[in-house]
Amino acid sequence: MEGFMYPNEVELQWSVLIVLYPFLTGLVAGAFILASLERVFRVEAVKPTYRLALLTALAFLIVAPLPLQLHLGHPERSLEMYLTPHRASAMAMFGFVYLWYLMAVLLLEIWLDYRRDIVLMAQSSTGLKRQLYRLLTLGSYDISPGALHVDDRVGLFITLVGIPSAFLLHGYVGFIFGSVKANPWWSTPLMPVVFLFSAMVSGIALVLLVYMVTCAIRRTTIDMNCLDTIAKYLFYTFVIDFTLEMLDLVHRIYEADESFRSLDFMVHTRLFVSQIVLQIFMGTLTPLVLLGLTQFLKFSEQIRKRIYAFAASLTMIGIFAMRWNVVIGGQLFSKSFLGYTTYKMAFVTREGLLPAIVLLILPFVILYVLVKILPPWHEGNVATIQADGID
Amino acid sequence: MSKFRDSKHLIRLAVVFLLGAVVFVALRAAVIPKSFGRYGPYRGDAIKELTAQPLAYAGHEACEGCHPDVLEIKAKGVHAHVNCESCHGPLAKHADDPAAVKPVKPDVATLCVRCHSQSIAKPSSFPQVDAQEHAQGQLCNTCHQPHSPGFDAGGKK
Amino acid sequence: MILDRRQILLLLPAAAVAWDFVLAGTPEEAPNYNMSSHWWGMLLDITKCIGCGSCVRACAMENDVPDGYFRTWVERYHVEDWHIENPRVDSPDGGKEGFPASGMTGGKNFFVPKLCNHCTDSPCTQVCPVGATFHTPDGVVLIDYNYCLGCRYCIQACPYGCRFFHPERHTAEKCTLCYHRITKGLTTACCEACPTGARQLADLKNPKDPIHAFLKDHTVQVLKPHLATGAKMFYNGLDGSVR
Repeated sequence: MEGFMYPNEVELQWSVLIVLYPFLTGLVAGAFILASLERVFRVEAVKPTYRLALLTALAFLIVAPLPLQLHLGHPERSLEMYLTPHRASAMAMFGFVYLWYLMAVLLLEIWLDYRRDIVLMAQSSTGLKRQLYRLLTLGSYDISPGALHVDDRVGLFITLVGIPSAFLLHGYVGFIFGSVKANPWWSTPLMPVVFLFSAMVSGIALVLLVYMVTCAIRRTTIDMNCLDTIAKYLFYTFVIDFTLEMLDLVHRIYEADESFRSLDFMVHTRLFVSQIVLQIFMGTLTPLVLLGLTQFLKFSEQIRKRIYAFAASLTMIGIFAMRWNVVIGGQLFSKSFLGYTTYKMAFVTREGLLPAIVLLILPFVILYVLVKILPPWHEGNVATIQADGID
Repeated sequence: MSKFRDSKHLIRLAVVFLLGAVVFVALRAAVIPKSFGRYGPYRGDAIKELTAQPLAYAGHEACEGCHPDVLEIKAKGVHAHVNCESCHGPLAKHADDPAAVKPVKPDVATLCVRCHSQSIAKPSSFPQVDAQEHAQGQLCNTCHQPHSPGFDAGGKK
Repeated sequence: MILDRRQILLLLPAAAVAWDFVLAGTPEEAPNYNMSSHWWGMLLDITKCIGCGSCVRACAMENDVPDGYFRTWVERYHVEDWHIENPRVDSPDGGKEGFPASGMTGGKNFFVPKLCNHCTDSPCTQVCPVGATFHTPDGVVLIDYNYCLGCRYCIQACPYGCRFFHPERHTAEKCTLCYHRITKGLTTACCEACPTGARQLADLKNPKDPIHAFLKDHTVQVLKPHLATGAKMFYNGLDGSVR
């Protein structure tokens, strides 16, 4: 500890797991919004990633509550949030936003889009897989053009509802921090917006990377039109995100309220590596410049792929660093503005680095399983090709 | 009519959701604590549970009941408003069963200086001394009667 | 009075129970306590605090507060001249064993005892997702240890740093204004132990409580008034440098 802190402030309350949580939900929101670009805004170019983006969102949404459960002092009581939610609490209401998004948006949209494939696979597969597909059909095997048309209409409606729901999903997480008047690092009306746009940036970058990796694994050619379009949207979203973060920074520096000196010192010392180096230079400026170059100059396909992959990877690191800087940074300084503490992150404890790493890898494992059960692509799936005759 | 036929799978889905909602409502009725909401959005029984905490400090009125002689000495001096347990520590157990629980006399060497050692942050009107200089190695109660330590009020030993 | 055997058998256990009350001087239950006729606060007089730490020790003993955590604590301020925004503050172990000599000379120096402000519009109860922390009808903010999830949102939301995470119970924890004492007509442990009367419990709903006259004749403040928490711990003589 340095300087003076209120005696109870020296120990950090929210660990790296709470850094992970907005990172994961952000990826969900971002991946979903990329998927909805095709569905709602008819950006045909990104169609190859539509189903992949939805499954990615689902994989990360399933893992998202796990860091919270590990963090709670009494995880066995977590059902209380659904039984007796305190309506004034953003955290309580978020429980329902999560539930709504999972059940009424994501699962529903995936089911409606995949229903024909599920029915076909239920009829053509054997053993345990058959049972699983049969369960997923909910007992209805109707894939007539009429039924599929209904699915399409309802699916469109769900996506329409899904876009504001995705905004709500991650905007709410931003609000959970932004509404805490006790903490000047968190308390700003910009917080939900900054969180949302950085979520979109990370989600789009994730889908870009997952698409490139899955194409490499399956040894199929990457649809460059698709990739270029994704990169374009990544660039635009990044510009907005960067503008918002700079606005917050400039505003703080200019107004210089009572917290400013303390926060400024913290950023230049405790958060120098994570904020200045990782978040701003490596995680925002570098990818922005790289992506900007691809927008204004003509590069070969090979070089574009390399730039996109590099920029997207840096982006992921940068957005994680941003979550770190918000969550951990908000607890490193004293609310007396007279002192600082340090975050001692353990490795093999309930809230240590190891569980965080496992929770970062787990969504990809789940995605692998989801891709096996609900293949986003049609090659290698005999049943769907047969039924796919007229499309 | 055909629209309805084409939407049958959606009706199945709606039924699944409805079942989930019913389960949720039933769960709430069964699991939510009965006293929840009695006084506000919290478990009313919690108030009772929190008031049931045992006492460690008896409060000066409990002491004065059995020790009126000390009270008389104290009331005349500068320690009149210093409560008994401030120096003697928590004594609810002793007050409950005076014979069985005997309080330990406070250690004079460390007790008095905690309040009366000189400090620039203490109000200047508060009696404070440099213990070494003032006592020259002697214990405070060599000259001062703890229950009435001032000399004007006749507290000198 | 001549008693028959049956009456003695009835009276003896009653007498045994009553004897406890007689000896302790305080009732175990609080059957006469009506929550809505009280509104609790506290007066903290900076001009009287000597930084002895008796309150911190008393609270720790009354409430089994774990080492290294504080339901109440004392801070020592050193303000150089007009540099109000830059005081030197320390609170060694919360001031539990008093304060060692600081070696500071000059400037303005004083002690500030701190505790939960039992805010009327407390940000901590606002953010609790399950209603595990709440206001009682008599204005005390409490924590339901059997309901708290341990999410620690309330600890983040408190502007005063008065909450902590109990290392064994794994729930949030803070000053309860000795609710188990004040509902029985006693004062809080910290006020009981304070030798100078710097801490005094106040019942704001009681017209005879001395705080009303005090508030009229003195200049009092609350901590961080700009956050509009409705704090009920009133400080007499609070300097502008106090964070």
